[in-house]
Amino acid sequence: MSAWLPALLAGRMIRLGWLLPLAAAGLFALISLAPIDPVQAYVGGRTSQIGPEQRDAIAAAWGLDRPAAERFASWLGQLARGDLGQSITFNAPVMQVIAARLPASMALVGLAFALSFVLGTLLGLAAGATRGRWPDRVIRTIAVVLAASPGFWVAILLVAVFAVGLGWLPACCATPPGQLASEVTPADSLRHMVLPVATLSVVGIAPLVLHTRQSLIAFLDSPAARHLSAHGASPLRLAFGPGLRHAAGVALTLHLASAGELFGGSVLAETVFAWPGLGQATVRAATGADAPLLMGIGLATLLFVFAGNLLADIAARLADPRLRRVA
Amino acid sequence: MSGAVDPTLPLPARRRNPRRRATRHGVVALALLGAVLLAAPLLPEGALSIDRAARALPPDPAHPIGTDMLGRDIAARTLAALAKSVQVGLLAAGASTLVAVVLGLAATFGRAADHVVGVLTELALGLPHFVLLIMIAFAMGGGTTGVVVAVALTHWPRLSRIMRHEAQGIATSDYVAISRALGRSRLWVARHHLAPHLVPQIIAGFIVIFPHAILHEAGLSFIGLGIEPHLPSIGVMMSESLREIMAGHWWVAAAPGLGLMLIALAFERFGEALRQLSGPPGATT
Repeated sequence: MSAWLPALLAGRMIRLGWLLPLAAAGLFALISLAPIDPVQAYVGGRTSQIGPEQRDAIAAAWGLDRPAAERFASWLGQLARGDLGQSITFNAPVMQVIAARLPASMALVGLAFALSFVLGTLLGLAAGATRGRWPDRVIRTIAVVLAASPGFWVAILLVAVFAVGLGWLPACCATPPGQLASEVTPADSLRHMVLPVATLSVVGIAPLVLHTRQSLIAFLDSPAARHLSAHGASPLRLAFGPGLRHAAGVALTLHLASAGELFGGSVLAETVFAWPGLGQATVRAATGADAPLLMGIGLATLLFVFAGNLLADIAARLADPRLRRVA
Repeated sequence: MSGAVDPTLPLPARRRNPRRRATRHGVVALALLGAVLLAAPLLPEGALSIDRAARALPPDPAHPIGTDMLGRDIAARTLAALAKSVQVGLLAAGASTLVAVVLGLAATFGRAADHVVGVLTELALGLPHFVLLIMIAFAMGGGTTGVVVAVALTHWPRLSRIMRHEAQGIATSDYVAISRALGRSRLWVARHHLAPHLVPQIIAGFIVIFPHAILHEAGLSFIGLGIEPHLPSIGVMMSESLREIMAGHWWVAAAPGLGLMLIALAFERFGEALRQLSGPPGATT
């Protein structure tokens, strides 16, 4: 292996070096703009019990009485020490909230990532191999219809059919309600994951299917494929043999680069299924005016997208050695 | 091989006329849009009101798609919500197109400006789309304004790249150099050389952004950061249906989502057809 990997990593680290502070400043500015008063959001319906002095005390405890620049400086100082501040809605350190909820989200996103990759690539190959005939048309129609469907609607329909109508699968949460974590069996956990993972896997599948189809078609039109088919290889054999090798690298690159969108989709899926992950926390933080938690989630998802893009770049170079020279 | 199509054969003629295809998709999409926008104001008075006698009815002749827990007719409510979504979506997609054009053209004013726009693009693409939408909607305090601003500030990167690329290509072309040498002003060049190339791209860009705008608008309204809950909107209807779905009232969720999907689908196809008209061959998504 030549020196392309260290060079790529160094370049990306430099980019992260300027992107992260800029994004942090941008997010902080954005969240400071919000007209929602966090004290009011915290007090909520208890207005009559909490007087102005107590409000001032809450604001002072959160440091809200200081100017924005000063708050940003102290937030940055804390961040440098690995402290993201205190979440208002969960009444716990932001770091702790994210660490507690990340595994649940990662389980969903990770499984959906793998499933949609396999499904999308296979469907794309099948469509490309049968170009212009009915399997191609059916697959493309499904992909395009899914791309135009709101993700939360797909989730609700799945609940209506499989949880309410047929009663096969649970409609909510990561575990049966009312059970302790120690009582939950792995089979139970798996059953609860089926619908959310299915939702996440199919919603963003269209680009992968269409892209794989396109790159297979490009391969089938190439001299190499014509040569093989002149020797009697059928389009299906070509598609799932050399065509798969041809398309898989591109598909993986595309899929990794859009991994961040899976997290975006999981915000909606977690809301429908009451899944105790980071997506649900994002919604609660936004509706509860929990600025520290929103900042923390913003930075965490920034790193997530960054990692996805970096892995995509590495995958692209592993799949196609020609790219390594220009890196 | 039985039934195997020779991959070297050209595609069927039906799919090789992109102009007619774009026209067909365009007519469907605009007809759907026009129907929703025209029909919504024609809803009879009281069509959206609460009717205690007709709570949670399954579809029947009086209520073709049934009623919700408060006795509101789902068909009428879906239509009103679609009209609202389409209006907000048009506004948001328009604003986003404007942002894309301004930033894309600004990037052609020298290297420094190009770098600034590049950094903004990196920032806008640095977060998952929906997370950034939530952040901006939150910063605007939610509501319809929040949705419009959030969509406007998140959907511009692709079109702005096209704008930058096209504008740079034209600005450095020979005929523009000759035109300038003949004494034409920058404004004249912009009007007679730049605009005719860019306007079709801008229209196609708007059409491509629009379905994303209405889908994201619905998503934001669904989690409670979008259109105000007292107005009929698809997102709000869907979040209300969450409570009813467990009681088996599937019709409450099915119709609004289907309506939104059909409009998004029509415009997605229209945008795709337009892009194939102007874009490089083989470019998908």
